[in-house]
Amino acid sequence: MHRLLLAAAFLPSTALANPDPAEWSAVTQEAEGQTVYWHAWGGSTATNDFIAWIGEQVLDAHGVTLEHVKLTDTADAVTRVLSERQAGNDDDSAVDLIWINGANFANMKEADLLFGPWATQLPNYDLVAEEGVITNDFGTAVDGMESPWAKAQFVFMYDSEDAQPQSSMQALADWTAANPGRFTYPQPPDFLGTTFLKQALVTLVEDPGVLQSPVDGQDFDAITQPLWDYLDALKPNLWRQGESYPASGPAQFQLITDDEIDIAPSLSPSEASTAIANFQLPDTVRTFVPDGGTIGNASFVAIPYNSGAKAGAMVVANMLLSPEAQLRAQDPDVLGYGTVLDTAALTEEQAQAFADLDLGIATLGPADLGEALPEPHASWSTAVEAEWIDRYGSE
Amino acid sequence: MLRFVPALTLLAMLGPVIAGLYGALLPAFGHLPAAGFHGPSLVAFQALFAWRGLADASRLSITSGLLATMLSLAIVTLIVAGWSGTRPFKWLERALSPLLSVPHAAAAFGLAFLIAPSGWIMRLAAPVAGFDRPPDVLVVGDPWGLSLTAGLVAKEVPFLLLMTLAALPQVQAARTLAVARSLGYGRIAGWLKSVFPAIYAQIRLPIYVVLAFSMSVVDVALILGPTTPPTLSVQIVEWMGAPDLQNRMTAAAGALWQLALVLAVLALWRTGEWAVARLGCIWARSGHRHARDAVIRAVGLPLAAVTAITTLLGLALLALWSVAAQWAYPDPLPAGLTARTWMRHADALADTATDTFLVAGIATALALILTIGCLEAEHRHGGRMTRRATWALYLPLLVPQIAFLPGLQTLLLSVGADTGRAPVIAAHLVFVLPYVFLSLGDPWRAWDTRQATVAAALGATHTNILWRIRLPMLLRPVLTAMAIGIAVSVGQYLPTLLIGGGRVATLTTEAVALSSGGDRRAIGAFALAQTGAALLPFALALVLPAVLFRNRRGLHV
Repeated sequence: MHRLLLAAAFLPSTALANPDPAEWSAVTQEAEGQTVYWHAWGGSTATNDFIAWIGEQVLDAHGVTLEHVKLTDTADAVTRVLSERQAGNDDDSAVDLIWINGANFANMKEADLLFGPWATQLPNYDLVAEEGVITNDFGTAVDGMESPWAKAQFVFMYDSEDAQPQSSMQALADWTAANPGRFTYPQPPDFLGTTFLKQALVTLVEDPGVLQSPVDGQDFDAITQPLWDYLDALKPNLWRQGESYPASGPAQFQLITDDEIDIAPSLSPSEASTAIANFQLPDTVRTFVPDGGTIGNASFVAIPYNSGAKAGAMVVANMLLSPEAQLRAQDPDVLGYGTVLDTAALTEEQAQAFADLDLGIATLGPADLGEALPEPHASWSTAVEAEWIDRYGSE
Repeated sequence: MLRFVPALTLLAMLGPVIAGLYGALLPAFGHLPAAGFHGPSLVAFQALFAWRGLADASRLSITSGLLATMLSLAIVTLIVAGWSGTRPFKWLERALSPLLSVPHAAAAFGLAFLIAPSGWIMRLAAPVAGFDRPPDVLVVGDPWGLSLTAGLVAKEVPFLLLMTLAALPQVQAARTLAVARSLGYGRIAGWLKSVFPAIYAQIRLPIYVVLAFSMSVVDVALILGPTTPPTLSVQIVEWMGAPDLQNRMTAAAGALWQLALVLAVLALWRTGEWAVARLGCIWARSGHRHARDAVIRAVGLPLAAVTAITTLLGLALLALWSVAAQWAYPDPLPAGLTARTWMRHADALADTATDTFLVAGIATALALILTIGCLEAEHRHGGRMTRRATWALYLPLLVPQIAFLPGLQTLLLSVGADTGRAPVIAAHLVFVLPYVFLSLGDPWRAWDTRQATVAAALGATHTNILWRIRLPMLLRPVLTAMAIGIAVSVGQYLPTLLIGGGRVATLTTEAVALSSGGDRRAIGAFALAQTGAALLPFALALVLPAVLFRNRRGLHV
């Protein structure tokens, strides 16, 4: 009996132990001295450097130590948290912060693996431009369970010495037929590879509206048939006849530099400019967006329910939203990611700094990018990806 | 106390293997409560066999394993039979020995830079062949796994050559060959008929290790292997990392399937041995001298030289990429040199190098303590290692890593001991121990025990003799064993990745993780650092005894 009482006495206190972002000074106090393990994709030197810089900032300002756990696939971190819960580890996860969006977020949110809501209460959230891609992540409502830190829009890179902008997905396929072996895309389930499939799907289906609701209960085969017809026709004209694909977006840089291909998809409008500055792409590379626009989305960070350093993780998320960090992230010499901030909410000096930023020779201005198309519901990603792997990935 | 060390050693080596296989068995037969499955059932195998890539992946595992092993063995046999004892052989021996410690991933990266359609060889050929663009052919990642096989051969030739060189004196090869030659046999025929059977018996286990390893390697396959579908072992790693826990059951079933494939091919190889032995006996009895073998001899040397030069050139290209500014196709050299890559990665390199050496250092120290404990127990209590004990040493190397590490990770997860360096060190120990034991065993036993007798007569205890006489005298082999242990640990990819759960990053896991990004400069820097980490201890093992014993000529063993 005594033991039961004792146990009952401890129950609420563990629940209360979670930091409350509304009490920010208490959060920063608790964060001091914490180590935050940020699980984030580690395949890009530019991103890794940026994360290291964020680490310096939070260490200087709040005494938070940031450790970048370099993932090859975000799903690894999700699996880890899931396994931890199965193993009964509810308070000291190996994961404190995850760079996440789309299906991984939907999975974690649905399985109650996330801490929150917390994101909208961060001090710097007041500066965020609240729009569709910020409040809705691949058809799943964000609800403050993850904090935005970068915006991306799908574009195509092309080497202006060998190729020209293409006006539509069909025009791209025609160009590829005329220039066999000069176009490719990363192999799904790579994130960019799957995004290319979705970009084709969104522009090829009769009614893109159906893609906004879950795939369950809809006629997947009939709706996606135009996509497979398109890919079947495209495949023999791809780089290496589609027998092999680059592993990731950045892996395509080397292919363009080596003059193995001329056109490749990219997830971020200024990624190409950044890569040019790093000698990773020739300076003749430019970007284009087909008529009708391309898919846009945002990158977020989320905190697992069992993180042992939630306060520290929130401090990192808040630092990512600071105007300094956002300016640095948008600088094509550093990262070239789109900012999630609303420049109208910034001080005049800060807004000017964003306006003065040289976006780089390969980056399209906001006007040329046009309106971002909404991402299909996350369940379409998973279904299209699985079908692609079955059709082309394990022949 | 010392009596228990052999048992402890066995436990450290076989415990994780057995636990890992057990950890794979349950989920493979449909029992994974974490994912809501309470077996036994065949759901996992149904999922495995429903994967359309299984036939291709299995075929690839068999062909690349068999081909890599046969080619490596053929090259080593040709070069030793045709050239041992000559000056070019000495040169080759010197070139190949350090290559043994070059990590597999680094060698694979180097090879990829070399042979890709836009790689360095093609750049040299481009002006002559008139390629203004790289040809659109699938070289790296070809569906037949030929570049994967080439990468494996480049690494296994040094290994088998060293094993063969160690076996040569034990079978009195030089004398046997001299007799055969005096009877009029050609160099190669004489060697094959009189020396090879005895040598093969000595290197049989290392050959099995090469075969099992080549069939199931992950890091080399990630870099050089095909992707549509990938090799079976790479696919198992992908299943292990998939968000849906149910995939772990498929991974477990795949692990058992991989184990079955390896066992089947080992059995096939054993049958092949028997067939070759029968044919060999007929050939030997025929009495043909085959005295004119200049052509075959001439083939062996360049083949072996090519494997050495490929790896060395690949490493040189990695170094060049790591300091290259803009470097476009088809330029054979970069437009400029810059230290930027190294400066950018300096912090990350320092951090990961620290972790790499920490894991390698502790694993090797533990391995050394256990090994010396075993050898000392053998020495004091008598008895020599039996055949069965030798098999136990090779067992962790014969069971494919991919067969038991996923199960071990699942087990560790379920007891909550899945993070941090300790489990990683324990997992590395499984692979470090056998190599340390195999390299220290012979020199330890070859030590003249009369020195111990003299010392004991002067009143020294066992412990005193060990610390003040035996270990100092055996310093060089001990340091060499340490260097081998560290090199083995540095090269481990899968144990670090799966058991470390991403928290333990070594130069190897970082380099392989970078491979998906394709940034040749960063890959160059990390792969080079990885190679350096493996080679540095060897350099120390050479230099230290010379410095320490500069006044004691007798200790230069």
